[in-house]
Amino acid sequence: MHIRDPRVIAREPHKRFLTGICADQSTSTLAFELTSIYILCHDDGLEGEAGVTTGIISYGAYVPRARLRSDTVREALGTGRAGRTRAVAGYDEDTTTMAAEAARRALRGAAAESIGAVAFSSAHPVYAAKTNATAVHAALSLPARTRAVDRCGPERSALGALLDGFAGSGTQLVALADTVIGPSGGADEIGGGDGAAAFVLGSAAPVAELLGTGSATAEFLYRWGSPGEDFARTWEERFGQESYARLGAASVGQALDEAGLTPAEVTAWAATGLSERAVKQLGKSTGLGSVRADDLTTAIGRAGSAHAGILLADMLDRARPGDVLALTLLADGADTLVLRVTEAITALRRGETVAEQIAAGDDQLAYATFLTWKGLLSRPAPRRPEPLRISAPASLREARWKYGFTGARCDECATRHMPPQRVCLRCGATDRMKDEPLADVTGTIATYTVDHLAYSPAPPVIGVVIDFDGGGRFACELTDADPEAVAIGDRVQMTFRRIGEADGIVNYFWKARPLSEEAS
Amino acid sequence: MTSHGIKDRVAIIGMGCTQFGEHWETSTSDMAIDACEAAFASAGVAKDDVDAFWLGTLTSGFSGMTLSSALKTDYKPVTRVENFCASGSEAFRNACYAVASGAYDMVMAVGVEKLKDSGYSGLHRADPPNAGTGGSLTAPARFSVIAPSYSRKYGVDREDFKSAMTRVAWKNHANGARNERAQFRSEVPEETIRSSPRVAGDLGVFDCSGVSDGAAAAIIVRAEDAHKYTDSPLYVKALAFAAGPGTGPIDPEFDYTSFEEVVRSASDAYAQAGVTDPVEDLSMCEVHDCFTPTELVLMEDLGFSARGEAWSDTLEDRYARDGVLPVNPDGGLKSFGHPIGASGLRMLFECWLQLRGEAPEERQVSLRGRKYGLTQNLGGGPGECVSFVAIVGAEEG
Repeated sequence: MHIRDPRVIAREPHKRFLTGICADQSTSTLAFELTSIYILCHDDGLEGEAGVTTGIISYGAYVPRARLRSDTVREALGTGRAGRTRAVAGYDEDTTTMAAEAARRALRGAAAESIGAVAFSSAHPVYAAKTNATAVHAALSLPARTRAVDRCGPERSALGALLDGFAGSGTQLVALADTVIGPSGGADEIGGGDGAAAFVLGSAAPVAELLGTGSATAEFLYRWGSPGEDFARTWEERFGQESYARLGAASVGQALDEAGLTPAEVTAWAATGLSERAVKQLGKSTGLGSVRADDLTTAIGRAGSAHAGILLADMLDRARPGDVLALTLLADGADTLVLRVTEAITALRRGETVAEQIAAGDDQLAYATFLTWKGLLSRPAPRRPEPLRISAPASLREARWKYGFTGARCDECATRHMPPQRVCLRCGATDRMKDEPLADVTGTIATYTVDHLAYSPAPPVIGVVIDFDGGGRFACELTDADPEAVAIGDRVQMTFRRIGEADGIVNYFWKARPLSEEAS
Repeated sequence: MTSHGIKDRVAIIGMGCTQFGEHWETSTSDMAIDACEAAFASAGVAKDDVDAFWLGTLTSGFSGMTLSSALKTDYKPVTRVENFCASGSEAFRNACYAVASGAYDMVMAVGVEKLKDSGYSGLHRADPPNAGTGGSLTAPARFSVIAPSYSRKYGVDREDFKSAMTRVAWKNHANGARNERAQFRSEVPEETIRSSPRVAGDLGVFDCSGVSDGAAAAIIVRAEDAHKYTDSPLYVKALAFAAGPGTGPIDPEFDYTSFEEVVRSASDAYAQAGVTDPVEDLSMCEVHDCFTPTELVLMEDLGFSARGEAWSDTLEDRYARDGVLPVNPDGGLKSFGHPIGASGLRMLFECWLQLRGEAPEERQVSLRGRKYGLTQNLGGGPGECVSFVAIVGAEEG
């Protein structure tokens, strides 16, 4: 049940969360005064407060389809690493669309009406002077009463948003997304990644309960950049390794103390950070290295703000009831959280797993295409007029359709309409329509065409006519697909995408994409 | 639906049509003036004899002033109409009604379009501010969907359907090659058409109509007054228009093999004119061959071919200049070019020439005693369009 007044209403020492405050920042010894903030996660006010446990109710990850191989980069530049691939957001994806896709998956296992607040975090948000979380909120068709806020900043902000989500009142949805680029041939280019993860947090039958957290903060320069700069810069890696290993040890120790566990009791530990050497050193010093989960960087790269979330999702994909999972992020400090997986995980309705999405990647992306999509290679504009900016009032009027893909169903004859109509196309009845949510309805390609002339950063545009399961037809673009492989009868699902941008306004709408698996 | 028609109540007494093409040195005003002056000369009347004007244009100007400021029409009424690619036909239809009503004695319908000033290939249209949820597909892509849908519905091999598309383009180029006003004036080998670079779906460059500038005009009077001006007027037998609900793209029952708007407008026009068998009653027709699959489907929607047979009828040259029913003897949109607002009146211009025996010998069709000519003009895309059908004849009755 939604709580309209989300104030902290009680304190309870054994359900507490810890925030590390650096009190004495000498270089030799970092002393931490741990300030406890006691927050009761209050759900519906009916349960006994002592019985309330908070944790992850549901989750979802999103890994875009395209992969850039390091060999592809090496063929183009003559230098570079071998044997790695990174995930690449499509030309029609950004941190908002990927967050929305991850959140849609997370909502398969949770009731949308239960969400009290949405938080979005990215180091690379689409808008700086407009909230990005509202588009995620709209793509999920969440009610107006659900708060939606940005928690953007460098990647520690993402884990901070997650930790704060555990502490918030009611059920929270936290969506983390990022796109990472770097100079051609550099470590951030092939070592970076694009992706998103989302978590529904709260106390209603969590699949993983939060046992403890630990944080450590210190001000020092390791990776930095300013707004408007395409690429971040880093200090010498040896410096980062030592600083982060120390902070990491403090956060792990604190979190395990909170949980009342020893490192040997941890089933799996996912760790990532700005310094991989520091992570390895931390694994050795804590003993957690022996249960460290694959950090996925050779398969999809390191997706900045989203990466810790993707790793957590991957651990949860594989987890069994009773497992103890730990997650550590080393970025501008260190944060660790420890969770225990519950029986509820066996009944969770999940989207595609991280492993399934990794396996579904298409690694044929050409380097020139990658650079073009990332805006790093100037290509001639098509001889077509650029799309005009969208109208704000028209977008508001049509928000349920445009952002939520909600159509209409005629009360008289049950005909589905997309977009919504006031007059039924079949029986002619006027104003007899009811909302019909269609974003999660799959469909079949009735016919299609490949348009070599349409304006697109990734021509040709594939246009498909889709007959939706249960009725209704819509014509739109097909994305994440090979024009040569499209066929009448192919199965598709809808996906929230970036259609274009004009005057600094991004146009979001839905496209179809091949259905990778029949929804259960 | 009640549609009484105005058969034989009005007649065209003069027409003009510019050459269509890339007119870098000619403006919208220039082309409108040129087409009007040619029409005045054709009818033997002066500008001041005309009581009211209708102007069809999609994007080349706003309001009646687009014409009045060019032609200086002395404060007379000028109505600018826009109905997608059928804008010229719509100007003609409304002008005819104005004379038939008795409101005016002599009126003029003008169509003009300047497409080549945009700097873009293909047609583009400035939509009203919107939420950005409309499709981004180009016109050729929207029409290209006909090909796989038709092939699937009637079990026609995709290559055979492509052959029929190619034959349409070949025929219309062959006709346009004999037309001094056409944009493209050369015959094109079928292999060149077939292997032209793909634009959308199975459509190559040669399956698409020409993007061009041009203008055309007609002067209309009451039928009983026509012989004051000419010995050979062209009588209006039928004027029909259908605006569809635009639901094709959202209706699972729509199968992209027919334009209901064309079926409806043709049925109305045949009833107005008293046409019972179009192939027997028509001597020639001009149809909206914006893309080659469109012409194939139109042959069925207009009742010229049985369903599922237009492709094979076309391959048997049934619609060639010397075929059972000549279609687009002037080269059509394909070869004459498609300056949007002018195209409907350009179609009528060919009827004006052919039915009165004034077409150049090299493309004059054999009328074989048949009375009527037909123009069919479409605007929009499959499942969401407007359609105009006119029937005209050189004799009363």
